[in-house]
Amino acid sequence: MSMLHLVNKSPFEKNSLKVAISCALNKSAILMIEDGVYGAVSDAKHSDMVKTAMNKSDFYVLKEDTQARGIDESKIIDGIQLVDYAGFVELSTKYDKIQSWV
Amino acid sequence: MKFSIQINEGPYQHQSSDTAYQFTKAALEAGHEIFRVFFYHDAVNVATRLAIPPQDDRNITKLWQELAEQHKLDLVVCIAAAQRRGLLDEAEAKRQGKDANNIATGFRISGLGQLIEAGIQADRLIVFGD
Repeated sequence: MSMLHLVNKSPFEKNSLKVAISCALNKSAILMIEDGVYGAVSDAKHSDMVKTAMNKSDFYVLKEDTQARGIDESKIIDGIQLVDYAGFVELSTKYDKIQSWV
Repeated sequence: MKFSIQINEGPYQHQSSDTAYQFTKAALEAGHEIFRVFFYHDAVNVATRLAIPPQDDRNITKLWQELAEQHKLDLVVCIAAAQRRGLLDEAEAKRQGKDANNIATGFRISGLGQLIEAGIQADRLIVFGD
């Protein structure tokens, strides 16, 4: 069973990204939305954790939410894919279950 | 594919009702079906017709209403969450002896069974909010 994990909290605020990463099985994906997009920023204290987790899971970040927070594409960790809402919908169809972390 | 949407947070304290709206819109544009949108907890505040947001702010109630009208969406408000927060339809106002109701057109009040059914009937249930 494949799962899409939604993370909507900043890693500076809560540990939901860490929890999602630790629960994600192989072939699962993590999509960062809302304040969760801060987890995609490179050179931050959590960046190494994300980079390591990228060996196991695919990482995506919602483009609209990065733009709304003034996060430039160049600041996003290499290998994290930017998706728009249409891409979000597509990911939701691709994975069997969707888990929203809080 | 058939989606159901659950929203848990209020429109002015959390982004969830906006994210859910954008997701629903994109899903419909991609040709998917939305089985139901369930407004739970503080998200029931989306369904009041008495809110007057500033003109330069998005009117989230109106956005949902328009989308619902266009695509015949089933917008369901949790009854227990609604009653706690003073959101009533005509029948409930009468039943509870209240002098007014405030539910916006396009929304209906019902119970948690509707959420369970939404989870069963849809291929995917997506939860927005905390």
